[in-house]
Amino acid sequence: MTSRVYQTEAIIIKRHKFGEADRLITLFTSDFGKVRAIAKGAMRPKSKLGGNVELLSYSQLMLARGRNLDIITQAQAIDNFLPIRDSLELMSAGFYLTELVDAFTEENVEDRELFSLFLNTLKEMAGSSDMERALRYFELRLLSHMGYRPQLQKCANCSRQLEPEANYYSPHQGGALCRECGYPDMSARTISVNALKVLRLWLKCDYATACRVKLTADLSREIKNLMRENIRYLLEKQLKSIEWMDRLNSEQKNHA
Amino acid sequence: MNSYFLPAAKPISRLIEELHKLPGIGPKTAQRLAYHLLQAPPEKSRDLADAILGIKENLRLCSVCLNITDSDPCGICSDETRDGMKICVVEEPIDIMPLERTRKFRGLYHVLHGVISPSDGIKPEDLRIKELLDRLGSNSVTEVILATNPNVEGEATSMYIQRLITPLGIRVTRLARGLPFGGDLEYADDVTLSRALEGRQEM
Ligand SMILES: [Zn+2]
Ligand SMILES: [Zn+2]
Repeated sequence: MTSRVYQTEAIIIKRHKFGEADRLITLFTSDFGKVRAIAKGAMRPKSKLGGNVELLSYSQLMLARGRNLDIITQAQAIDNFLPIRDSLELMSAGFYLTELVDAFTEENVEDRELFSLFLNTLKEMAGSSDMERALRYFELRLLSHMGYRPQLQKCANCSRQLEPEANYYSPHQGGALCRECGYPDMSARTISVNALKVLRLWLKCDYATACRVKLTADLSREIKNLMRENIRYLLEKQLKSIEWMDRLNSEQKNHA
Repeated sequence: MNSYFLPAAKPISRLIEELHKLPGIGPKTAQRLAYHLLQAPPEKSRDLADAILGIKENLRLCSVCLNITDSDPCGICSDETRDGMKICVVEEPIDIMPLERTRKFRGLYHVLHGVISPSDGIKPEDLRIKELLDRLGSNSVTEVILATNPNVEGEATSMYIQRLITPLGIRVTRLARGLPFGGDLEYADDVTLSRALEGRQEM
């Protein structure tokens, strides 16, 4: 990055007001990882940046290196994922994904693999894919990619081969635990045989294959809670958008 | 303290500092304004100071629409020529002004005082949504027009409110998302363009 001007593709993961009409934008770029940049005048209605630097837009950007922060000089949306924007549930999942990516990444660390995982997840969600499944697959692959691949073959404590029965799972120990190790461990929760099988498969298969797994409502909820606990343990906090997603979920159920 | 302010006497640098905190006032402008005030007659300064203090002392929220007002209910809510069956929902008091300038809307308003923002932890209870529902429950409102800003938080807020109102059997509409006047088709993003297509009109 020696030249003053550079181009990259990016997904917008955060934006803040910056002065009166500018925005401070956090981009997850294909070439440079997470980058913060200024979009001058982005809040003005006639801005050429405007909707091209809106949250979750996937855009082609031209940036100029600045003294402190780079400046977005041109932006053209490649995909705005309209179906996501048209649904409150999908939009909320989108908020969650941006928060997740932001929380797990450092600035200026190139990560093409995460970029494409992120992009594919948004495409799947904008397509007809099951949202919860897309989120779970993303969470698991994100953990694995960031160096927190859960140990699911052997007991994470004693290394014994796991029996095909209900075992335990502990984010703190980094994966599944056998009955002997899991039972006394207060941080561990049970994990069903089916959940273990699904997670094992998803760690090594692509999303199309992951979609062939049939998930019952119970199994889906179990995996959701496992992933959620694991992420909360690693980040040492609950992401804010989770509360919102849960709330929408329960309000929808109450209406139905 | 910023080096811009150093050479001036203390009361002046304090004023420059305060002016500089206002939106759109850079250090140079703050300096110019401060020296202008220094040379102005004392009553001018007092008028300005009174005006600034006045907005804090005499203004409050309208008990009906939650717009900022000096009389309660506000001028719009107490205007009998306006159509109380239509309520236009906006994020902030400042959003009412541009809508009023169009002279196209003769209904009433409701100010939410914010938007839902899951990643900032801003929830529906942090906004004046309950007050809106109370108004709908007790009055003969037939249409609610959602006029939140066309960004993700604004749209999420509108979709959420729409979900709450629809079961009440009240018509819910939202502002058409169009192209900015004087804008350029070439530079429009596809969300704006596709919303503009959806909202197209007979000529
Ligand atoms: Zn063990
Ligand atoms: Zn009022």
